[in-house]
Amino acid sequence: MRNTAITLAAFLLAAGAAHAQTMPSDVVFEDGAVAQSLTGVPGDPANGRAVFKNRKKGNCLACHVNSDLADEQFHGEIGPPLDGVAERYTEAELRGIIVNAKMVFEDTIMPAFYRVDGLNRVLKKFQGKTILTAQEVEDVVAYLMTLK
Amino acid sequence: MIRKALHAAVSLVLSGALALPLTAEEHISEILINEEIPITVRTEAPPYVEGLDEIMSGWLFRSEETQALQLDDFDNPSFVFVDQGMDLFNKVEGTAGKSCAACHQDLGEFAGLRASLPRVEDGKIVTMEDLINECRVERMGAEPWKWTSTQMTSVNALISMQSRGMPVNVKVDGEARPFWEKGKELYYTRFGQLDLACANCHENNYGNMIRADRLSQGQINGFPTYRLKNAKLNAVQARFKGCMKNIRAEPFKVGSEEFKALELYLASRGNGLSVEAPSVRN
Ligand code: HEC
Ligand code: HEC
Ligand code: HEC
Repeated sequence: MRNTAITLAAFLLAAGAAHAQTMPSDVVFEDGAVAQSLTGVPGDPANGRAVFKNRKKGNCLACHVNSDLADEQFHGEIGPPLDGVAERYTEAELRGIIVNAKMVFEDTIMPAFYRVDGLNRVLKKFQGKTILTAQEVEDVVAYLMTLK
Repeated sequence: MIRKALHAAVSLVLSGALALPLTAEEHISEILINEEIPITVRTEAPPYVEGLDEIMSGWLFRSEETQALQLDDFDNPSFVFVDQGMDLFNKVEGTAGKSCAACHQDLGEFAGLRASLPRVEDGKIVTMEDLINECRVERMGAEPWKWTSTQMTSVNALISMQSRGMPVNVKVDGEARPFWEKGKELYYTRFGQLDLACANCHENNYGNMIRADRLSQGQINGFPTYRLKNAKLNAVQARFKGCMKNIRAEPFKVGSEEFKALELYLASRGNGLSVEAPSVRN
C-alpha cells in the first residue's frame, strides 16, 4: 500500500516534470535572460550546491572561486568569483548564463550547460545530451540565488 | 634559500592570492640541465602567433618539485625509459636481422632532427614516429610500433634528446603551409560537449588555475614527456587525445592527418624555445 503510494507519487512527479520541461532548442532568451523556469518545479538549492561542485556535472569550481564551498580544495580562477552573485544578477539572468553563457558573454570559455545543437565532434556517450538536466539547471540557479 | 623565501613573500603580497610558481613570475628565460645544457624556456613569440607576445615552456608552470626533477638526469624519471630505448635501439629485430644501431652507429647524427619535426616531404607530413616505423618496416622487415607504445616513446625520447637545448625550428612555409593552416584551424576550433578550443585554455588562460592545474601554453617542445600522473613517457598526440576527451570531444585518431597537422602547428608555436625532451610534467 505504502509502496504503491510512493510509486504513484513518483510517477506523477515525473509525468508532471516531463510535461512542463522545456527542450534545449525551445528555451526563450530575452537580452541573455531566461524568465521562465525550464521545468515549472522550484529548484532545490541543496541539490544545486551538490551539482555545482560535482566534477561530472557542473564542475563550476574548475573555473570559479566560491567561498560557500571553502571546504573544497582548489578553486579555479578562469572566471570571476561567484561570491554575492545573487546581488549582481536576477534569477532570470542567472538561468540564461547557465543555459548558454554565450548569449551573455560573447565567445566565453564557459560551457553552455543546457544546449545540444551547434556542437562539434561530441563524444558518443554525450551526443544529444545536455551537460545538466533541466531540473539540475533549476537547482543550480536556486543555489546561486542563495549566494548573497 | 633566503632569496627564494623573500621572493615568495613579495609575490604573495603583490598578487594578493596564490602566486604563479616563482619562475613564471620572475622573468626566468633560461634554465640549465645537468648544470651544462642551457634551455630557453621563455622567448619572444614568432610573428605568426597572433595571440601571444611571449612563448613559455610548460616547465615554467609546474610546481617547484616537478621543475626540479627535470634539472638533473639522475632525478628525471624519463631516463628509466631512455635506457629501455637504448636496449631497443641495439636489439636485432625483423627479417633483415638488423638492429637500429647496425645502421645508425652514432646517435649524435640525430642532433637537430627533433627540432625540425614534423616536416613535410613529397606532400606528406612526417613525424618522428613515421620515421622510426619507416625504418622498422622498410629497412628491418619488422612490425611497426604503435605510436603510443612504450617502445615508441622510449626510442623517440632517446633520439629526441640528441637535440636537447637546440631551438625548435619547424618549417611553416613552402610545402608545409597548407598543413600548418589546417593545424591552425583545428587549434582555434571549438570541440566537444564543453565546446572549447585549444586556444580557449592554452592561449587565453595560460597562467590561470583550472581547478588544481595551472594552465600552460600547451607547448610541445618537451615531448615525449614523463608525467607523474601516469608514471610513463607520453606521446604528444596522446596528450592531444587526452585534452579532447576532457572537453568531451571525440578525439582524432593518433597518427591521423588532423593530429599531424595540429602537431606541426603546435610545434611552430614553440619555434625559438629549446627542445626539452624528455621533460617532466604532472
Ligand atoms: C571553463 C570555465 C568555466 C566553467 C566550467 C564555468 N564557468 Fe561560469 N564563467 C566563466 C567565465 C570565464 C566567466 C566570465 C564571463 C566571460 O567573460 O567569459 C563566467 C561567468 C559566470 C557567471 C557570471 C559571474 C559574474 O559575476 O559576472 C556566473 C553566474 C557563472 N559563470 C556561473 C557558473 C556556474 C554555476 C558554473 C557551473 C554550472 C560555471 N559558471 C562553470 C567560466 C566558467
Ligand atoms: C638497414 C639500415 C637501417 C636500419 C636497421 C635502421 N635505419 Fe633508420 N635510417 C636508415 C636510412 C638509410 C635512413 C635515411 C637516412 C637519410 O635519409 O638521410 C634512416 C633514417 C632514419 C631516421 C630519420 C633521420 C633523418 O634525419 O631524417 C630515423 C629517426 C631513424 N632512421 C631511426 C631508426 C630507428 C629508431 C631504427 C630502429 C628501429 C632504425 N632507424 C633502423 C637506415 C636504417
Ligand atoms: C579545458 C581546458 C583545456 C583545453 C580546451 C585543452 N587543454 Fe591541453 N591541457 C589542459 C590542462 C589542464 C593541461 C595540464 C596543464 C598544462 O600544461 O596546461 C593541458 C596540457 C596540455 C599539453 C601538455 C603541455 C606540456 O607542457 O607538456 C598539451 C601539449 C596540450 N594540453 C595540448 C592541447 C591541445 C592540442 C588542445 C586542443 C585539442 C588542448 N590542449 C585543449 C587543459 C586544456
